[in-house]
Amino acid sequence: MATQILMPALSPTMTEGTLAKWLKAEGDQVSSGDIIAEIETDKATMEVEAVDEGIMGKHLVAEGSEGVAVNSPIAVLLDDGEDASAVDSVAAAPAAEAVEAAPTVAAEPKAAQPAAAAVPEEVEWSGPTKTQSLREALRDGMAEEMRRDQKVFLMGEEVAQYQGAYKVSQGMLEEFGAKRVIDTPITEHGFAGIGVGAAYMGLKPIVEFMTFNFAMQAIDQIINSAAKTLYMSGGQMGCPIVFRGPNGAAARVGAQHSQCYASWYAHCPGLKVVSPYSGADSKGLLKAAIRDPNPVIFLENELLYGESFEVPEDDDFIVPIGKARIVRSGTDVTLTAHSLMVGKAIKAAEALAEEGISAEVIDLRTIRPLDTETIINSVKKTNRIISCEEGWPFAGIGSEISALVMEQAFDWLDAPVGRIAGLDIPMPYAANLEKLALPQVEHIVDAAKAACYRT
Amino acid sequence: MDIAPEKQRDMLRQMQTIRRFEERASDDYHAGDIYGVVHCYIGEEAVAVGVCSHLTDDDKIISTHRGHGHCIAKGADLNRMMAELYGRETGYCKGKGGSMHIADFGIGMLGANGIVAGGLPIIAGAGLAAQMDGQGGVAVCFFGDGASNAGPFHESINIAAKWKLPIFYICENNLHSAQTPASKTLAQDDVAARATGYGIPGVIVDGNDIFAVHEAAGAAVARARAGEGPTLIECKTYRWRAHTERPGQPDHRDPAEIEAWKKTDPIARLVDHLKTRQGQFSDEEFEAMDAEILGTIQASVEFSKASPFPAPEAALEDLFAD
Repeated sequence: MATQILMPALSPTMTEGTLAKWLKAEGDQVSSGDIIAEIETDKATMEVEAVDEGIMGKHLVAEGSEGVAVNSPIAVLLDDGEDASAVDSVAAAPAAEAVEAAPTVAAEPKAAQPAAAAVPEEVEWSGPTKTQSLREALRDGMAEEMRRDQKVFLMGEEVAQYQGAYKVSQGMLEEFGAKRVIDTPITEHGFAGIGVGAAYMGLKPIVEFMTFNFAMQAIDQIINSAAKTLYMSGGQMGCPIVFRGPNGAAARVGAQHSQCYASWYAHCPGLKVVSPYSGADSKGLLKAAIRDPNPVIFLENELLYGESFEVPEDDDFIVPIGKARIVRSGTDVTLTAHSLMVGKAIKAAEALAEEGISAEVIDLRTIRPLDTETIINSVKKTNRIISCEEGWPFAGIGSEISALVMEQAFDWLDAPVGRIAGLDIPMPYAANLEKLALPQVEHIVDAAKAACYRT
Repeated sequence: MDIAPEKQRDMLRQMQTIRRFEERASDDYHAGDIYGVVHCYIGEEAVAVGVCSHLTDDDKIISTHRGHGHCIAKGADLNRMMAELYGRETGYCKGKGGSMHIADFGIGMLGANGIVAGGLPIIAGAGLAAQMDGQGGVAVCFFGDGASNAGPFHESINIAAKWKLPIFYICENNLHSAQTPASKTLAQDDVAARATGYGIPGVIVDGNDIFAVHEAAGAAVARARAGEGPTLIECKTYRWRAHTERPGQPDHRDPAEIEAWKKTDPIARLVDHLKTRQGQFSDEEFEAMDAEILGTIQASVEFSKASPFPAPEAALEDLFAD
């Protein structure tokens, strides 16, 4: 039976467009997937693809017509052998019953990489909480898991007697003893490899790097020995280990002590990479990382250790790896961030609200596996996205998000993807230059306004 | 140290198996049937066998890019080893590891390692786990003269000595890295001398004398099991073949040096010992043993050739544990 072909939308915000050209004349045979017409808006041109097969019965809208409303009938498609008289009855039918034409680019590409295990649903916490510094939340996360599982132990420089260079392991030596809270020499490659060897044997080490800057010494063990072993041993043996410590710039410690490793580790298959912001997420994700049978890079931030958060009071409070959190809902622009930058994104969203722009803030929490669903769904709602990170721009997390959005939500974008990142330079020491090198709230605000075509 | 004649024959059998396995791997590589890199251990067999003859499946070893000998000495399955070299799904790593990543966690073989010195810290972790476990297990690291110059050598031994880990270190000093003589890279000729700096025993043995290796390793095992900490054993030995089997590869070693070392063949020395000292072995018996070994090698090749290549979807498997 004859069906209507409707004016398709190039994006959710499109209301009308120009039917630039018919590529199938009346009477032409049409197969599914054939390009039947070209439509234009002020932003883009797109081909209209036939969904069904049949014969082009009648053009209801002439070539060159402007202001054609989305979802209004533009043609009638006849079944093979159907009489042309069927055109009239269908042309007048309500649009709702008609078949939509599909824009050719709408299909989402398949995931480009193997999926990790399915992410369990996160239960929203409604129980009691306590106010804790982030370092206390991390300590409690480790201690609870060590009470729960004798195989878990902590090792690193100054974690035992000194209770952590940043006092994250306070009280742990006293509770668990020197066999499970182990001071190592300053030998990152050495103790990272020792952790890997212990993990091969079925133990569950938590390896603390005093900062991730020093873990560059250990990156061979992290990538070659931890991340690849399950794969290159044909699934015989994995490496259940957590590498954790502060990441990113601290304050006035210069180039070698101030950089973000999120994109370095996220690049490598076989690693999970976590970088939380809040105290609850830090504790819940650290516990999830310790229980995970795979190597997990857990990126903390020195500047957040002393901040206070509300943290659930429950030994089994777990935040699943691989799930972002929408920390502020909005409709006009999406801001993605992780770790310290989440705080800046929230402040930017508050400033934007004062100017009438509703920003949605997504705390990525896990960098890999990245929660693409939450990001894409948000972009489909806001049609604009700004990625915020402290690390360098080249091949950064923002680059990945930009590619992802282009692949999976191109048709929903109303503005180019924006990237907020650190300046592409080693961290300078002088306070004014350091501030210049790091992304600030106003950078995010400006980028969001630009995406919304506001100045 | 007395070794029962039967055990001596077992050791000979293992050494000859390593040699025949690699000769066949080399032949099949040159025939184009094995397409991946192959580093032969031929000439150094007494080290792997002399050390592993002390170990049980509960003891761990970690190996190097030149690891076939360690695998076989630890008891690895020849079919699965050869199939891995052939890149088949029946291989130890389902064809996804290759010669440099063969592992068998079930027998305590924690893997060959393609990174020079990569295994040194890992073995200390295995030792730490054994120490925590308290069941008397030991862990052994095989590495070469090249790795002894790398930072992880020092990082690992320092910690193992300080923590008295139940491990020991076997340096296979074959006098050459890929193309550079060790004499040009070692600050002093004897790697074992470095043990002094860590306050642990450093022992030099003739690595082509299986009895010498066996005795030194026995003392190191006893020391480790007793909780007294690590030992560094340097086995002076020699690889007969070039760094890899790649055709046309230059070999800068003096041919006279190679020939001189071949005269110290560890297998011929053990055969001679069994025949002359023990009087319990004949050329005919050795030939029969060899024929049997060749049969098992041939079977491993047939097993490999009959095995399928990994399915395409296997490329995306084993990345994460559930």
